[in-house]
Amino acid sequence: MSGTAVVETEIEPLSGEDRWSLYRQMLLIRRFEERCNALFLQGKIPSTLHLYIGQEAVAVGICAALRVDDYLTSTHRPHGHALAKGVSAGPIMAELFAKSNGCCKGKGGSMHVGGMEVGMPPAIAIVGGGAPVAAGMALSSKMRRSGQVTASFFGDGGANEGAVHEAMNMAAIWRLPVLFVCENNLYGASTPVGQTVAVENIADRAAGYGMPGVIVDGNDVLAVRDAALAAVRRARAGEGPTLLECKTYRFCGHSRSDACNYRTRDEEAAWKQRDPLLVLGAVLAAAEDPRFEEMERSVSEEIDAAVAYAEAGPDPLPEDALLHVYWEGE
Amino acid sequence: MALLTIAEALREGIREEMRRDPTVFCLGEDIGVPGGFGGAFTVTLGLSEEFGHERILDTPISEIGIAGLAIGAAMTGMRPIADVQYGDFLFCMMDQLANQAAKMTYMSGGTVKVPMVMRAPVGSTRRGSQHAQSLEAFFTHIPGLKVVAPSTAYDAKGLLKSAVRDDNPVLMFEHKLLYGSKGGRSEKGALSPIGEVPDEDYTVPIGKGIIRRPGRDVTVVGKLLTVYRALGAAETLAARGIEVEVIDPRTLVPLDMELILESVRRTGRLVVVEEDNRTHGWAAEVAAQVAEEAFFYLDAPIKRVSAPDTPPPFAPPMEALYVPSEQRVIDAVLYVLGEPPDAR
Repeated sequence: MSGTAVVETEIEPLSGEDRWSLYRQMLLIRRFEERCNALFLQGKIPSTLHLYIGQEAVAVGICAALRVDDYLTSTHRPHGHALAKGVSAGPIMAELFAKSNGCCKGKGGSMHVGGMEVGMPPAIAIVGGGAPVAAGMALSSKMRRSGQVTASFFGDGGANEGAVHEAMNMAAIWRLPVLFVCENNLYGASTPVGQTVAVENIADRAAGYGMPGVIVDGNDVLAVRDAALAAVRRARAGEGPTLLECKTYRFCGHSRSDACNYRTRDEEAAWKQRDPLLVLGAVLAAAEDPRFEEMERSVSEEIDAAVAYAEAGPDPLPEDALLHVYWEGE
Repeated sequence: MALLTIAEALREGIREEMRRDPTVFCLGEDIGVPGGFGGAFTVTLGLSEEFGHERILDTPISEIGIAGLAIGAAMTGMRPIADVQYGDFLFCMMDQLANQAAKMTYMSGGTVKVPMVMRAPVGSTRRGSQHAQSLEAFFTHIPGLKVVAPSTAYDAKGLLKSAVRDDNPVLMFEHKLLYGSKGGRSEKGALSPIGEVPDEDYTVPIGKGIIRRPGRDVTVVGKLLTVYRALGAAETLAARGIEVEVIDPRTLVPLDMELILESVRRTGRLVVVEEDNRTHGWAAEVAAQVAEEAFFYLDAPIKRVSAPDTPPPFAPPMEALYVPSEQRVIDAVLYVLGEPPDAR
């Protein structure tokens, strides 16, 4: 782990209750995504899906360090980010169902879910395109002296976009309050990261921008949260951005049509030993602890309610396509 | 009332908007460096002395970043005025403008607004192919963007103010030959139109064109530099008894088609002049809309005067062929009148 900074700030550990809360958020994302997959197969979701299963600890750990009014930019794989930032499951599900009660009124779809009321503009599905926007939101916070921080998520693939380079350089020179969160899940669609990045760690690039680069176990939500909190404090203190590389793995294919023939079943099995739910679960309690079962039930109910909300929602009118090309007021 | 160049009028517009609204700020390359240029064409010269370097923000040479910064800041309570040194560099930031700025309001179901301005100089001015394009039509083709193109000092200031106050991304195209003198760095062949600009606050509404010269025989629509080519042609033709009406739409999106259609219904003839490349261009769009809406008022085919479908050339004789001249406008007017072209 060369060329990277060690988190030195004193980060107080989370209470047991807060840890259970993180577990529940990860479980919600996991079960939400599994339900999406089933609904897709039933033909109820009229688009592709980029599932977040396996990477839940990153979204939840980062957002655990953020305030409600902090900002976030997401990617084509945004469901987990949106749920972790606080967009309700119902409006997200309704958006996937292409309903007019969706979080984008049916104009976004899976790749553009968001909710500005919790600081998340529509997810930006152009790889790397969110990083300069995130820098702009951070510049705005700095100019307004609001103390807000922006987390910009991108993958190992996005790390190679020029937009990310420009954004990181600008954030560093002006010490903008940004967390550049690289979710390195080892594959840009089908291409292994080793073919696209010449350094061992993407975080190693941070030195080239004059910002700390931190490598985190992206399947350990407590580690992600601790690293994020240190970076958030640094950002709020006016000390500038941090590049956090979260090493993780997507358990599903890149999109719904991907059978993952470019990676081995052994590799997948090894990573599933480090399932973020197992990693935190082992810290929380014995597997037979009844709280796990209670949480499963409560999460299932929340998702049932989200699906019901989506199914009950009206289809948009065809002519709604003509609305909101320009700002029409609050 | 002051007599100002377009560069000066833009500068005063920016200054007044920044005084009026603390969320307005400028960002771009070389815009506020002490001892520097005030942007490539002096528009922001001296503003950092009044507003400081946080609000006149000098950026690295990072066009994607400039656009992204403006978008992110605009979505979160600020009103940025960004610029590129040459419009050609807008291509570097195309994803940010076309996929992010233009679509955020739409993709969010109307819950996110992006009140930003992106200023861009255009026009062929002996700098070769990459600092010379008139690329307005690329951006008029992107739903979600508004596009303005002032050709006078009055309109430059008034449209700048409207653009700053608009809740949508507005691209402002400015012609290099119309900015006004820069002393030793003045542009060869520049027109330097100087116009009266009120001292008090005023705006020019986005979406409203203007008749620059009334006439009953032929409607000529031009923008930016070609407005002046059209006015020159009209003057020449007036001496020959031909009355040309010159329309300057001032805003390209939304386009004031009512003004153009009303004029064509009176004159029955239309010429559209642009410095953009010809094919799939802006003039083609104006012609198509007139053909759809006013075909039965037309007494002659519509004629376009455009740059040829080549990159902008460097050598002055070639550039003279590329940029529509007054004579080409005259020939087009004569053509739609069924008159023979002037002898060469």
